[in-house]
Amino acid sequence: MILSVEDLHVHYKSYWYTHKVLNGVWLRMNEGERVGIIGETGSGKTTLLKSILKVLPQNSVIPRGQIRFRDIEILKADDRVLASVRRREIGMIFQDPMAALNPVFKIKDQLYDIIKYKMLADGVSPSREELHEEALRVLSDVRLPDHERVLESYPFQLSGGMRQRVMIAMALLSAGKLLLADEPTTNIDVTIQDQILRLIGRLVKERGLSTVLVSHALGMVRQMTDRSYVLYAGDIMEEAGTEELFEHPKHPYTQLLIASAPRISERGIGEGIKGKLPDYRSPPSGCRFAPRCPFAMEKCYNVKPGRTQVNADHTVACHLYE
Amino acid sequence: MSLQNNFILNVSDLRKYFNIKEGTVKAVDGVSFSVKYGETLALVGESGSGKTTTGHLIMGFYTPDGGQLTYKDSYDLSVPIKRRSLELKRDLQIVFQDPGTSLNPKHMVKDIVGLPLRIHRVTDKRELHSKVAELLEFVGLSEEFLFKYPQELGGGEKQLVAIARALAPNPSFLILDESTSALDVSSQAKVLNTLNKIQRERNLSYLLITHDLGVVRNIAHRVLIMYLGKVYEEAPTEEFFRKPLHPYTQMLLSSIPALSKEDESVKPKGIESIGEIPSALNPPKGCRFHTRCPFAKPICSEREPPDILADKEHVVRCWLYE
Repeated sequence: MILSVEDLHVHYKSYWYTHKVLNGVWLRMNEGERVGIIGETGSGKTTLLKSILKVLPQNSVIPRGQIRFRDIEILKADDRVLASVRRREIGMIFQDPMAALNPVFKIKDQLYDIIKYKMLADGVSPSREELHEEALRVLSDVRLPDHERVLESYPFQLSGGMRQRVMIAMALLSAGKLLLADEPTTNIDVTIQDQILRLIGRLVKERGLSTVLVSHALGMVRQMTDRSYVLYAGDIMEEAGTEELFEHPKHPYTQLLIASAPRISERGIGEGIKGKLPDYRSPPSGCRFAPRCPFAMEKCYNVKPGRTQVNADHTVACHLYE
Repeated sequence: MSLQNNFILNVSDLRKYFNIKEGTVKAVDGVSFSVKYGETLALVGESGSGKTTTGHLIMGFYTPDGGQLTYKDSYDLSVPIKRRSLELKRDLQIVFQDPGTSLNPKHMVKDIVGLPLRIHRVTDKRELHSKVAELLEFVGLSEEFLFKYPQELGGGEKQLVAIARALAPNPSFLILDESTSALDVSSQAKVLNTLNKIQRERNLSYLLITHDLGVVRNIAHRVLIMYLGKVYEEAPTEEFFRKPLHPYTQMLLSSIPALSKEDESVKPKGIESIGEIPSALNPPKGCRFHTRCPFAKPICSEREPPDILADKEHVVRCWLYE
């Protein structure tokens, strides 16, 4: 097992309130596996990824939980260990490259930094020429044309697709084992998105990386992953092989969600889901989906459902299947 | 044959150029199409295709630099919105992309939806309240929403309020400018179903501006594909998905992450997305897509392709079909 998350609770504190976002999230993945996390806006998917790297904002607290990456307890590890994990083992592609790249530094300066610290962590201290050479190499890995020009550019001078490729190059530098991708193609046109996804797919395969892809785009998760988790309001609702999940969704939330997505092969979409996400300041005490669930029973409002194994490859957290 | 009577909107050879420091951007460069009464026409393209500019020209946010815009046979839409009659303004409404910014956060829903009712004197003052409630009910929102502020609503609910506001003056033509792109699929489904219902009951005409072909499949009757300010294919929806002809259309369809095996089979084989959209400042000569087209011939970079009628109502602009 390369990564396991158990009973992870993450809260955010604001002046008056505590926002109880993650509510006992679990996740297990084997070496080389491609895992998807499906979640709508505000479901806590970015919080989960940031917990894995332990880069949560300052107002966050983790009252309970365990994250194990290989043999490292991430939540208990000291800064030195974490720094080495972030530099050499786990890379992350952030959601919005315009926000993740520093607007006042040229691409080369941002890229050199990452390369330098990675090399220092490996015990080499690189010269300016070595940095440049390595930067050119990583840019050609992500199929960016015109390397020299890209290096001399500021982020705003590149197109969205090119910025995203730079982000991927940066993430890959530190992704020795595991690549985390948080909505890697938001705000990108569909033809460019397709190129980016194929690129990530190829690089991950070549390097034998394990990946966690987090997205609200169902089709993307279906296409890019072997196993998927469904995250709703900070709870894992369902987990299954991706094919199985899309063919036979069990949780009412997953069923409604998949039915809501418009298809290109036929006309007709589900009716969507009534209501909205619960308020994290006072979330429902039972199943967090209960207030919106058409099948909710009394129990659902009071008792949080445990995990039920529906078959070898499929787990669901719902009272309907107990 | 008097076609004129079937169409609510006729656009012919529409042009809009923007002069900027670096030169002239031909955002819309010779676009022609018509919208029938009670029909949904989808204007599809990626960023920079000119689809939104086309919509804004129809609304009168800009004045065109060339071409004709005729509405209901008698109105000339090349007149900017400030010089349009109240009656014409009432008849043409628009729903914007992001309901978070298009609704005034300081106003309650009843005032947001009530404003156009007062401006266009649709009802007298005593009936205002019940008319607003009626409109909300029509889009599927209960009366309790009357006294809510936008921030208390979910994304889908906000967009439904924006739709109720657009419907308030009883228009016959609605422009939907990426109206569901900012929404999660579960709220998008609700909005799309509501739009379908409204069209059936009120015989409204829609101009749907979008990049999402899944949405197009589910609500449009006809599809228009735009690339760098020009139209390259036009077809009825069914036919469009069964037999996409233009290489750009095929590339678009093949780039969609599929949700099911059925969707997979709709995607054209033997074409992969390559390249990036060229700058609109200096568009390629001839067919503007030839720089990314895997089937490009010498003539494609020299002369603009003619309109070719491939089937009844199916028009493609491509030298391959000459």
